[in-house]
Amino acid sequence: MNTVANPTYRQRVGYQAGLLGGFSLVAAALLVMGDIATRDAIVERKAEDLLASLAQVIPPAMHDNDLLANTLSLGPDATEADGTLTIYRALQGLEVKAVAFEVTGQGYAGPIRVLLGIGVDGRILGARVLGHAETPGLGDKIEVARNDWILSFDGRSLKDPAPDGWAVKKDGGLYDQFSGATITPRAVVKAVKGGLELFEARRDTLTANAVVTEAAAIDDQQQ
Amino acid sequence: MATTDKDLQTPKTDWARIAKDGIWDNNVVLAQALALCPLLAVTGTATNGLGLGLATTFVLVQSGFLVSVLRGIITPQVRIPVFVLIIATLVTLVDLAMNAWMHDLHKVLGLFIPLIVTNCAILGRAESFAFRNRALPAAFDGLMMGVGFTLVLVAVGAMREIIGSGTLFANASMLLGDAMGFLELTLIPDYRGFLLMMLPPGGFIALGVLLAGKRVLDRRLADKPLAAQGQRPSAEGQGAVV
Repeated sequence: MNTVANPTYRQRVGYQAGLLGGFSLVAAALLVMGDIATRDAIVERKAEDLLASLAQVIPPAMHDNDLLANTLSLGPDATEADGTLTIYRALQGLEVKAVAFEVTGQGYAGPIRVLLGIGVDGRILGARVLGHAETPGLGDKIEVARNDWILSFDGRSLKDPAPDGWAVKKDGGLYDQFSGATITPRAVVKAVKGGLELFEARRDTLTANAVVTEAAAIDDQQQ
Repeated sequence: MATTDKDLQTPKTDWARIAKDGIWDNNVVLAQALALCPLLAVTGTATNGLGLGLATTFVLVQSGFLVSVLRGIITPQVRIPVFVLIIATLVTLVDLAMNAWMHDLHKVLGLFIPLIVTNCAILGRAESFAFRNRALPAAFDGLMMGVGFTLVLVAVGAMREIIGSGTLFANASMLLGDAMGFLELTLIPDYRGFLLMMLPPGGFIALGVLLAGKRVLDRRLADKPLAAQGQRPSAEGQGAVV
């Protein structure tokens, strides 16, 4: 090895263990500091991303409210997922014009998060992938920046196409798969269909007129 | 520090040698055959190859520097776990920092960053170079190894992209900014695609062609001076292992 002088104390188990422990401690401390330093910025960036994605699935002209402010939470009993689902509502006055929420599909390399915008008529306004870990070059075509594929959901509803059509072409459906990646689009199609079914099942709750909350009322008075 | 610098100062650092080693003679992929897993996984397009190459180079330089600085207190017996710890911490910090402050870049490169931890080339350089050399040469070695790795990634990616989908540097503007959009070429219009090259086997094929190409070139280069002296060149000895 490189060291000429290798003092005997270094051969002791204690030194080795201490060295490893010390490095682990320093590494853990650095990671904690890194996490603290970046956490707020990352949360901010995520909120910006979410707003940008929301603007893509609900046309800004359709609402006059802050999408992040007038949200609705669906309890675990309403969805198959175990967590609560946040519904972003596009309001004009108090009338719901569209809703957007996140659906999750099980992709090739973990969950694929899709933001789905649905008009009150049950038609899809837009769908965008928020996050995924699919194979670069194959499965990442679900991102709108790389491929137009995700736009093929626009204007679709549960009746259009018929239930049989809600699958990739390989399974006899309407939607294209990618060469080399069938699991990824299959998961997205399934997730989007699940979102539509959820909307259909809970339509009354989702499209009920917004209740004026105290904060919103104060806001109105100020205007 | 207990380490005397006596043995380390002996030969003067041969910067040109380090550069040549990294890019050609001892190339991470072509000579050492390391880092094949991320190589085969992401080189569907030249742009992806470039992305992984840049991210890996960044980590290689830093890990080389850190390992070299800390080598005085690291004992040979526990060096591997310590290296892994250093590299994993570094990659995680880079990931966090990029996510927070270079968010647009992170959206593109983010997929590649976790792949770097599993990149044995970084551990390999820490073990075979940084642990035995001073900090600056170690960082320079990381840079050159990274450049060599990037070149191979781009070459494999370009081969697969051109044959597989008829384009070159598709989506490059997402990685490099709109100014580099001119790189995006459609070489074969209305190409129907050749799936095999896009799938992992295509990576093996492209890599095989590159490896063979390097052997042929090396042999030619070695033949020239020897032929002049009328000697038979030895068939072996190319792509020497460290």
